[in-house]
Amino acid sequence: MSIIENPWIIPALPLFSFLIVGLFIRPVSGKLAGIFGTLSIFCAMVAAYTLAWQYFSLDHHGGGARSALLPFSFEWLRFMKGMTVNFGVMVDSISVMMLTVVTTVSFLVHLYSTSYMHGEDGYGRYFTYLSLFTFSMLGLVVAPNIFQMYVFWELVGVSSFLLIGFYYQKPAAVSASKKAFIVTRFADLGFLIGILVLAYFGYQVQLGGVGVNAGQAVDFTFLSNPEVLTKLNEMGVLTLALILVYAGAAGKSAMFPLHIWLPDAMEGPTPVSALIHAATMVVAGVYLVARLFPAFSAAPNALEVVAVVGLFTSAFAAIIACTQDDIKRVLAFSTLSQLGYMMFSLGIATMEEPLGYTAAMFHLYTHAFFKALLFLGAGAVIHSVHTNDVWKMGGLKSKMPITHFTFLIAVLAIAGIWPLAGFFSKDEILSAALESHRYFHFYGGLVIAGLTAFYMARIYFLTFWGKARSDNASHAHEASAVILIPLVILSVLSCTTGWIPFAHFVAIGRELPHTGINMAVAIPGTLVAVIGLLASFFLYRTGDAKTVDGLVSGFGGLYRVIKKKFYFDEIYLFVTHKIIFRFVATPVAWFDRNVVDGGVNLSGWTTRKAGYFLTLMQTGQLQTYGVWFVLGAVVVSTLFWMTVN
Amino acid sequence: MGILSWLVIVPFLTTVAVIATPNPKQIRWVALFGTGIQLILTAVVAMKFWALAGAETGEHSMATHLCMVEQFDWFKSLGIQYFLGIDGISMSMVMLTSVIIFTGVLASWNVENRTREFFALLLVLVTGVFGVFLSFDLFLFFTFYEVAVLPMYLLIGIWGTGPKEYSAMKLTLMLMAGSAFILVGFLALYHTAGQSTGVYSFDLTKMAAFQYPTEMQAWVFPMIFLGFGVLGAIYPFHTWSPDGHASAPTAVSMLHAGVLMKLGGYGALRIAVYLLPEGAKEWALFFMGLTTINILYGAFGAIRQKDLKYFTAYSSVSHCGVVLFGIATLNMMGLKGAVLQMFSHGIMTGLFFALIGMVYGRTHTRIIPDMGGLAKVMPWLAVCFYIAGLASLGLPGFSGFVAESHVFMGGFFGNAWHSSTATRTLTILAAMSIVVTAVYVLRGLGTVFLGPIPAYHEGSHHDAQGTHGTHGTHGAHGAHGAHGAHGAHGAHGAHGVNLAKLTDATFTEKLTTGILIACLALVGVFPQFMINLIESSIYPILNRLH
Amino acid sequence: MLFHWVLLSLALFSVGIYGVLTRRNAVGLLISVELMLNAAAINLVVFNRYVAPAQVDGQVMAIFVMALAAAEVLVGMAILVMLFRKRKSADVTKMMGLRH
Repeated sequence: MSIIENPWIIPALPLFSFLIVGLFIRPVSGKLAGIFGTLSIFCAMVAAYTLAWQYFSLDHHGGGARSALLPFSFEWLRFMKGMTVNFGVMVDSISVMMLTVVTTVSFLVHLYSTSYMHGEDGYGRYFTYLSLFTFSMLGLVVAPNIFQMYVFWELVGVSSFLLIGFYYQKPAAVSASKKAFIVTRFADLGFLIGILVLAYFGYQVQLGGVGVNAGQAVDFTFLSNPEVLTKLNEMGVLTLALILVYAGAAGKSAMFPLHIWLPDAMEGPTPVSALIHAATMVVAGVYLVARLFPAFSAAPNALEVVAVVGLFTSAFAAIIACTQDDIKRVLAFSTLSQLGYMMFSLGIATMEEPLGYTAAMFHLYTHAFFKALLFLGAGAVIHSVHTNDVWKMGGLKSKMPITHFTFLIAVLAIAGIWPLAGFFSKDEILSAALESHRYFHFYGGLVIAGLTAFYMARIYFLTFWGKARSDNASHAHEASAVILIPLVILSVLSCTTGWIPFAHFVAIGRELPHTGINMAVAIPGTLVAVIGLLASFFLYRTGDAKTVDGLVSGFGGLYRVIKKKFYFDEIYLFVTHKIIFRFVATPVAWFDRNVVDGGVNLSGWTTRKAGYFLTLMQTGQLQTYGVWFVLGAVVVSTLFWMTVN
Repeated sequence: MGILSWLVIVPFLTTVAVIATPNPKQIRWVALFGTGIQLILTAVVAMKFWALAGAETGEHSMATHLCMVEQFDWFKSLGIQYFLGIDGISMSMVMLTSVIIFTGVLASWNVENRTREFFALLLVLVTGVFGVFLSFDLFLFFTFYEVAVLPMYLLIGIWGTGPKEYSAMKLTLMLMAGSAFILVGFLALYHTAGQSTGVYSFDLTKMAAFQYPTEMQAWVFPMIFLGFGVLGAIYPFHTWSPDGHASAPTAVSMLHAGVLMKLGGYGALRIAVYLLPEGAKEWALFFMGLTTINILYGAFGAIRQKDLKYFTAYSSVSHCGVVLFGIATLNMMGLKGAVLQMFSHGIMTGLFFALIGMVYGRTHTRIIPDMGGLAKVMPWLAVCFYIAGLASLGLPGFSGFVAESHVFMGGFFGNAWHSSTATRTLTILAAMSIVVTAVYVLRGLGTVFLGPIPAYHEGSHHDAQGTHGTHGTHGAHGAHGAHGAHGAHGAHGAHGVNLAKLTDATFTEKLTTGILIACLALVGVFPQFMINLIESSIYPILNRLH
Repeated sequence: MLFHWVLLSLALFSVGIYGVLTRRNAVGLLISVELMLNAAAINLVVFNRYVAPAQVDGQVMAIFVMALAAAEVLVGMAILVMLFRKRKSADVTKMMGLRH
């Protein structure tokens, strides 16, 4: 069976695993659930690589984008005539790339988890959730239309919610999961409205006879059609719609100011952070922008928003990352920063100058591996020292040699040191900025690269160098083989993926020249990275808090503000609890109980009172009644008499 | 006797059987058997309907006409007929009702007080509901409508909890006020059509063939729409719903929120919009605005509720708002979405109330802050609760998503008679409820099921006082002054129950929840079969609008 | 002549009504009711005589009225006696049971 004709099998495998594990295996045996889940995702991974092989061996005429295939599609929902939503699997370069990334990282995380989660309460439940997540993520990346994207978008949101809140008896995990879901949900509102706008105006465009052959109004092929985009621009809605859609993307990819959920999401189990909050789900936003890139390219203002927000988030997160003490939080902020990097890379590209697009995808690809590696390495460390605080670690270099080595590779990779993966992709992003004459982004990117090197080296030195700063750290020991295998595989990937001639596989618009490394970028890039690493080396090598105390007090109040993450959590808390809850929800509840329901009760009260006054006429005296009766009779007969005459 | 008559007769026969059953212990089995037969019968009708109508869908399929019609004169001189029929909209509602009453009987497995009367009344109510969904004669419709609405008074007044007499009275009176409007509207329709054609008839199909004068439609439409709207919890006539649901016993809440509130939406669509298209065009924007308030107001109201039943009732107000909002869009997607939402909300809210009953049966409290960490001791119920919650916030994969996306799409696409800016603005406002819903669902369920289990200490006065303070703001009424509420709370609060020692669902409970979840997921994953069913029956309504 | 007869029955009826509305004693009440009934009976006979002399319907009705009056007095007195036994009084102004 040829996978390229039946690519549905890739998302179907984890779905199958989710159903089987969730319904039948989990109640019986947790261990079996782990094995089954891991095996099925392994099969999906093999299928994904086969698909990649088959897809990229197809004839590829000339440069630019490879053609998209739609080997599998069925009508899922018909809104009305001419407005249907299909479910299907779209095979093109970025979806194939994402399929391999998601299945690979997911498989390695599954494997890692079988040992990492050993003995946890809810082991089977964990693998059920993981399968659900993998299925949803795969469904998302293969989506041929924006509606399917939204459907799976919500599903990954829920699986992320479930996994962040995996330790459901821990209040911090519960509130973090709630926060993640609600913040992304808020962003999804924008996405949904964006879809409504696109669907409505796309439908109008189709009624006008344009783009009728490009599929349904919500299909990506339709939204990539230049004629359609021109028409939408003429209606003046494209920019608005794309900014709304971007709001959804920004929520999922935790762009400023919707970033607040991601650091808290680290309350979930560490392998989950590696899979969902580093390598796959959070890049969904980047992927969505890339998917709609032809449309974004036709709406320069929307693209400008992407570029500016991306760069700002990247810098903002990098600054915060320098001050955090929780190893996972540093990694989370680093993820934010790298996502911002990808976003701004997309934002500076256009269909005419598409290097940024390829670079963003390239960075997404390499980042997935080294960031997963960082998280899994951090997980191994946390597993061993039972704390997230880097100041309670130290001296693990000799106690956990393999973890140390793989972590070092990942740190160097993210810092952008040749010949590791991060170097190449970062280099490409910066040269894209340079080539499209976006100097602000170029220099901004350089500074961020330096900061990245600095804070990554900081946690590296604090964790592995110096002396053990707690009892647990001094008794740490190397993790089990099952945990180390994924680390080793990922470190190999972090070394090698940079050498892939990425532009050959993933490109859009015009063909990109096969240039080697751009020295004008590579030299300053490496330079800032080395400066960052060295600065970190001098400050944190010994792990002695005194060395940095002087620096910290030098920054004074600014340091505290950064350490508190610019008080964004507090602001959100204030807005939601103090303003929304106190000034909207509570008054509404009060209003309902007292005014609206009060009105109802008032009408009841009025009726009762009116009845009471009428009872005053009832004296109980038969003769009084008689008088009323006679008077009534007289009145009636008089009236009758008057009518007759 | 046709098969549709059996759909009305079987619940009635079950009522008789329940009354005649000598052994009180067997009553629930009799009821279950009867409703089981009803379920099978519904499946048979569905298959028959599918064979008649499903083969072809679209504007000219069979389902646009009525199927399996049974029609004969009842009071010939007044033009009243016994006229049953079924189309896609009725079909989906009948399916909903059969599922809800079956699971409702399962959910009231443990009713000990006056079991016989309880099941008898429940089944009478359902007889009325089936009658309403199948009648195509307005007089018959109204008769069944009253049969469906009235038993609620006794069911809540006798088997309820809390201020049950107050709630029962309020609910009945408000619904009766609604029916008064409906009745006047019906008579106006009957009279006008009769006077100008010379044939007095309550036959819906005949009335639909008559074009009512526009100025008459303009005042009759809001009357009928609001009359049904009261039952569909339209703002500001929704306040019977939180109190009624909070006081009603489990199965009654299920049936009421799950099915009875759907009569409102059904009537508004089937009668108000169908017979009075011009009135609908004139008033749609107004009602769209009103239901937007419903949607947001219910959602915001739910955030602050401390009692699980009030919480669900406010969420129902919000979701039923979506139904009426969909109807007010007056286009294909909106109307279809409204019917889907009726089905979806019916099942979902049935599931919610069933689960609340199950949890209450264990904890003896419904006050959210009194509970915590229950997922540890009752994982099955927690999972089901979360599924219901996620379905209610419109998670894809459950029917609510399909319905809401239709309604919002419909609202955004708008119609030819109203300014698109207005309809779009309202749609965007209404769509905001997806965020607010997420907030209240996750907050509420998170408090009940997640986190640590509160420590067990008997009669802690400080805690009880604190909870009462917050409780008093929303639940207590007049008679429930500070002292009374506190006393009641002390006696029944969670402090009398060690939450850590509770048990998970029994087999019956698993069956109940399992059936309902299966329905939600089935429609959510394969929506098209349901949509085909409904779509073809929307055409006649749309055609009259154009 | 009709006019005089009607005048008589009107007077009788008015006296009856006055009695019903003002008497405090229940027995007086009953007697007043009898007066009203008799006024009606006179009307029946008189109208029969002047409007349709060939028929006897009115006279038959008058006999009915008599029978009815007898029955009524019987029931009324029985109730009255019971009330009197219970309350030791036949004063209707003190009977306010209808109020509740």
